Amino acid sequence: MARKDRMSGNEAVSYAIRQINPDVMPAFPITPSTEIPQMVSSYIANGEVDTEFIPVESEHSAMSAAIGSEAAGARTLTATSSAGLALMWEELLLAASNRMPITLALVNRTLSGPININCDHSDGMGARDTGWIQIYAENNQEAYDNFIQAYPIAENAKVHLPIMICQDGFITSHAVENIELLEDEEVKNFVGEYEPEEFLLNPGKPIAVGPYSVTNYAMEAKKNQEIALENSKEVILQVAKEFEKISGRSYGLFEEYKTEDADYIMLLIGSAAGTAKQAVDDLRAQGKKAGVIKLRVFRPFPANELAQALKNAKAVAIMDRTESYNGNGGPLGSEVTAGLFRNKVMVETVNYIYGLAGRDFTVQEVYDIFAELEECMENGKELEQFKYIGLRK
Amino acid sequence: MSSYNIKEMMSKPERLAPGHRMCAGCGATIGVRAVLRALHEGDHAVIANATGCLEVSSFMYPYTAWEDSYIHNAFENAGATLSGVETAYKALKKRGKLSKEETYKFIAFGGDGGTYDIGFQSLSGAMERGHDMVYVCYDNGAYMNTGIQRSSATPMFADTTTTPAGKQSDGKMQNRKDLASIIADHDVAYVGQSTFTLNFNDLHRKAEKAIYTEGASFLNIMTPCPRGWRYNTEDIMEICKLAVETCYWPMFEVDHGTWNLTYEPKKKLPIEDFLRAQGRFKHLFKPGNEHLIEQFQAEVDRRWEDLLYKCNR
Repeated sequence: MARKDRMSGNEAVSYAIRQINPDVMPAFPITPSTEIPQMVSSYIANGEVDTEFIPVESEHSAMSAAIGSEAAGARTLTATSSAGLALMWEELLLAASNRMPITLALVNRTLSGPININCDHSDGMGARDTGWIQIYAENNQEAYDNFIQAYPIAENAKVHLPIMICQDGFITSHAVENIELLEDEEVKNFVGEYEPEEFLLNPGKPIAVGPYSVTNYAMEAKKNQEIALENSKEVILQVAKEFEKISGRSYGLFEEYKTEDADYIMLLIGSAAGTAKQAVDDLRAQGKKAGVIKLRVFRPFPANELAQALKNAKAVAIMDRTESYNGNGGPLGSEVTAGLFRNKVMVETVNYIYGLAGRDFTVQEVYDIFAELEECMENGKELEQFKYIGLRK
Repeated sequence: MSSYNIKEMMSKPERLAPGHRMCAGCGATIGVRAVLRALHEGDHAVIANATGCLEVSSFMYPYTAWEDSYIHNAFENAGATLSGVETAYKALKKRGKLSKEETYKFIAFGGDGGTYDIGFQSLSGAMERGHDMVYVCYDNGAYMNTGIQRSSATPMFADTTTTPAGKQSDGKMQNRKDLASIIADHDVAYVGQSTFTLNFNDLHRKAEKAIYTEGASFLNIMTPCPRGWRYNTEDIMEICKLAVETCYWPMFEVDHGTWNLTYEPKKKLPIEDFLRAQGRFKHLFKPGNEHLIEQFQAEVDRRWEDLLYKCNR
C-alpha cells in the first residue's frame, strides 16, 4: 500500500536508506548532501536501523572504506556532492574496476572554482568515465524510486558495478514536494538480502582483492568491466519493470514527453525537465510541435536509443548543465551527436550550456530556445551549434 | 600472551608463502612474516596493503602469496580501507551473517611512503576512530618502490635520489618524523616500535599485543632495504642491531598511554657505527664532514633523552 507524504529529496533518499537498512555507511559531510548522513545517523541513534556508520575524515576515505566494506561482504553506501566526489575520483575508478556494487547518493553541486554550493552537473559529469552506472532524477519521487532500484541493478551477477543515484542539489534535495512512499516490507522484499559470491570475510575461502596486473591480463579486465556496464542497460530495464509492479510508476532509460510528432525536441537531464515540460505544454497549446526527452540513465549511455527517439525531429536542443572546457560543447552534446552520427541520423542540433552553479533555468528560456530552433529551420538559417543561455547581459 | 620459543615460532606455517617477487634479503617480508607469526592458530585475518614494493611483488595476478584474505586498494588509504573491512565484520557479526565462532583479525601493511606521508591522513583517521585493527608500517626510510626517493621517515643526511649528496648538498636536510610518537599521541590502545633483534622476541611480543589488544594499534618496524641503504644484503641483522645499540632506533611501546622502554643498550654505541655500514651515508665520512656526524649524534641523543623522560627513566 502506497503512503502519501511530503518531503525533500534528501529526506526521500534517507527514507529509502532506512527502508533498505544497508550494512555499512562511511560518509563525510558536504553541502548539499550533508543531510543524508545526518538523517541516517539519527535513524541509527533512534534504533530505526542498525547500519554501521563510519564517520571518516574525508571523502577519499569514505570511498576507500566503502570499498573495504563492500569487499568484505557488506552492503555499503555513501553520499556526497561536488568536491567530495572529486576527492573520491581515484577511488571511484577502483570501486568500479574491483566490481564493487556500492551505492552512492550524489546530490549534484557545481565544482569549484569559484566555490559555489548550488546545482549543476559538473561533479557527476566529471565522474562520467569512472565506470559507475549513473541514474539522474527529475524530482524527489524519482530520487526515492531510483535509490530503491539501485542495489538490485548494481548487485546483479551480470553487472557487479557501483551505481550513482543523482539528484539536483537544493532544487530537489532541499525542496519539499508531495511523494508516494512504499511500505517498508515492500522495499525490503524488492531489494532483498545481499549475497555476494566472493568476499573477504568468508571463512575457509579467503580471497585477494586488488591485484597488480601485468599487461598480459590488464586489458581483459578492462574489457570485462566494459561488458558489465553494457549488461547493466538490460538489467536497469528489468529492474524498472519489477519496480513498476510494486509502485505503478514506470521508468526507462529516458522519458519521452510529447515527442511522438514533435518537430523540435529539448533533451536534458534532471530537475530542469519539469521546467521544460511546463513550457512544452504552453507551446502545444499554441499549436507548436515541441517535446522533451529527459535522460534518466547517463551511464551506460543509450546512444542508439536516443538516436531513434530523435530521428524524426527537425532540430534538437541538447542541454548541458555543465561546461566541459573542450571548446566544443558539453558532455551530453558530444555524446548525443556522436550517437546520431553513428546511427546516420542527420538531425540539426544545438548544444546549450545552462544553469551553471545554480543559475535559474526559466520557462521563458525554454520558449526562447524552441523559438530559435524554429526560426532558423523555417528560414534556412545556420544554427550556432554550441552556445550559453541565461548569461547576464 | 604465549611464551616465546624461536624454534617453535619459526616452524609455524607461513601465512606469506614463498615465491613472491620481493628482493633477496628484503626487510619488509621478514617483518610481515614476523607479524603474521603472532596470529594465533585458527584465527582468520584480513590483510590490507598500501601500494608499494610489498603489494606489487606479492599479489601479481593471477598469483597471490597471501594465505589469508587480502585487499589492496590504493597507495594512501590502507587505513581507511581496513577500517571499512573491520566495520563490515562488526555489521555482519551483529546481523548473524558471520558465525560467532569465527574470529577475524585486521592487519594493514604500508611502507613509510604509504604511512608517514601520502597515507598519513587515512591512518590518523582510522586510529582516531579506534577500529579494532593493527596498522603495521614497514619503515625502510624512503620510497623504495619508485627508486629510493626521500620520505619524511628518511634520516637526516641520507643520500636518496631526490636528496642526492653532492657538492652543494649533504643529502636530506631534515630529521625524520617520529611517527610512532605521533600515533601514540592519538591515544590509541597500543603502539610498538621494533626491529629484527633479540631473536625476534621483542617484535613477536609487540605484534601479538598489537593484534590481540582491543582497539586501534600501530606497529613501526624498521625493515632495512639493501638496495636503498646500500649495505651487503647478508648484513641485515647486524644493521638492525647497530640501529638499536646506537639508539637510532629505540625499542619502545605505549600501552594505553603508558610509555615503556622495552630494551636499553648496556653501552650506547656511537652513531658512526650504524652509519658507516651504509652507502647512503658514505659522504658523511669524507674529511671535513665530521660536524655532520656530530649533528646526527646530537639529534639521536636528544630524542633518546626525550624517550627516557617519557618512559619515566
